[in-house]
Amino acid sequence: MTPRPGREEDPDRLYTLTSGRSRPVSDAFDLVTLVVAECDPVPGMQSEHAAILRICRRPTAVVELAADLGLPVGITQVLLCDLLDTGRISARHPRTVRTAAQLPDPEILEQVLVGLRNL
Amino acid sequence: MDYATSDPGLVPGPPGPRAPLDASADNGLKIVITGGFGVGKTTMVRSVSEIRPLNTEETMTQAGAAVDDLAGVGTKSSTTVAFDFGRISVNARTVLYLFGAPGQERFWFLWDRLFSGTLGAVVLVDTRRLDDSWYAIDRLEHHGTPFVVARNDFGGPKHSEEQVRDALSLADGVPLVDCDARSRQSSKDVLITLVQHLQTLSAAHPRAREMTAP
Repeated sequence: MTPRPGREEDPDRLYTLTSGRSRPVSDAFDLVTLVVAECDPVPGMQSEHAAILRICRRPTAVVELAADLGLPVGITQVLLCDLLDTGRISARHPRTVRTAAQLPDPEILEQVLVGLRNL
Repeated sequence: MDYATSDPGLVPGPPGPRAPLDASADNGLKIVITGGFGVGKTTMVRSVSEIRPLNTEETMTQAGAAVDDLAGVGTKSSTTVAFDFGRISVNARTVLYLFGAPGQERFWFLWDRLFSGTLGAVVLVDTRRLDDSWYAIDRLEHHGTPFVVARNDFGGPKHSEEQVRDALSLADGVPLVDCDARSRQSSKDVLITLVQHLQTLSAAHPRAREMTAP
C-alpha cells in the first residue's frame, strides 16, 4: 500500500503526543479492552488525554478510541497507559484466552450464539 | 455498492451518532473477517454491525519491518495497515467486535499484536479469485485460529463445494458456506456457523477447555 498523502508528516506529531514513545510499555490494553474514565478532564491536561476521559464516560473499546482520536492503535495505547498509571481510567480486559491453542469458554460461546440469533 | 431492496434483511448500517456501550459492559470479544481485496469484508461488517463501521490503523515499526523482506519493505522504518471494524452488543456485559482485516501478506505481521485472543475468523472468498484466499487460510492455520470459509456470491460460475474445498486445500472439519455479504441475515448466519464450529471444536477438546478455566 502506498502511504496516504500527508502521512510523511505524521510521525513527528505522534512522537510529540507520546513524548517519543511509539509502543506501550506493557500489553495492558487489548484492542477490545473496555476503558472507563474515573474522573473528568481538568484544565491544562493534554488534549488527547482530555478527549479520552470525555469519550470514556461510558465504557469504550481501545479500538473505538483510536478511531475517534484518529490515532494509530499503538499511540492510543501509550496515551491510555499514562492515564491508567495516574488512576484516571480503569480497564476492563477481555475474559478470553490469548493463546492460540486454547478454545473460548463454552459459556461465552453460548452467550454469543444467543446474541447473534437475537440480532 | 448497490443494495437490493427486496430483502428486508438488507440494511445500510445505522445512521447518526453511535450509541455508547451499556455502562455494565465489561467483556470485549473479537471475530476477524478476512480475505482478498474487494471480497466484501467491510460489507459484511456493515451488514451486521450496530454501528456504522469505523476505521483505524496500526503501524508496524522497524523491528517488525525487518522480518518483512518478502513484501519488499525491509528498508522502510514503518508500514501502516488500516482496518475496519463494527460491533454487536451480545448482552449488557458482552460486546463482540468484528474486524475486517486485509488478507495481504504484510498484514499478518501484525496479527498477534492485534488479534491474539480472537474467538475465530471468517475467510470470505470470491470464487472467481480463489487464489486471493489461499494465503489467509494458510496464515490462520499457522496461527491456530479456528475459521470458517464463506463464499460471497458475486454471480460467477457455480463451483461445487468439492471443487472449492480442493482449490483451497480445506481440511474436512472446516465449514464452507455460501453467503451474500450485503444481507444482514446471511452475514449473521455465517457468524452463527463460526460460533457453532467453535462449540464443536470446544466439545472435541475438553482438555483445552479446562485449561481456559480461571
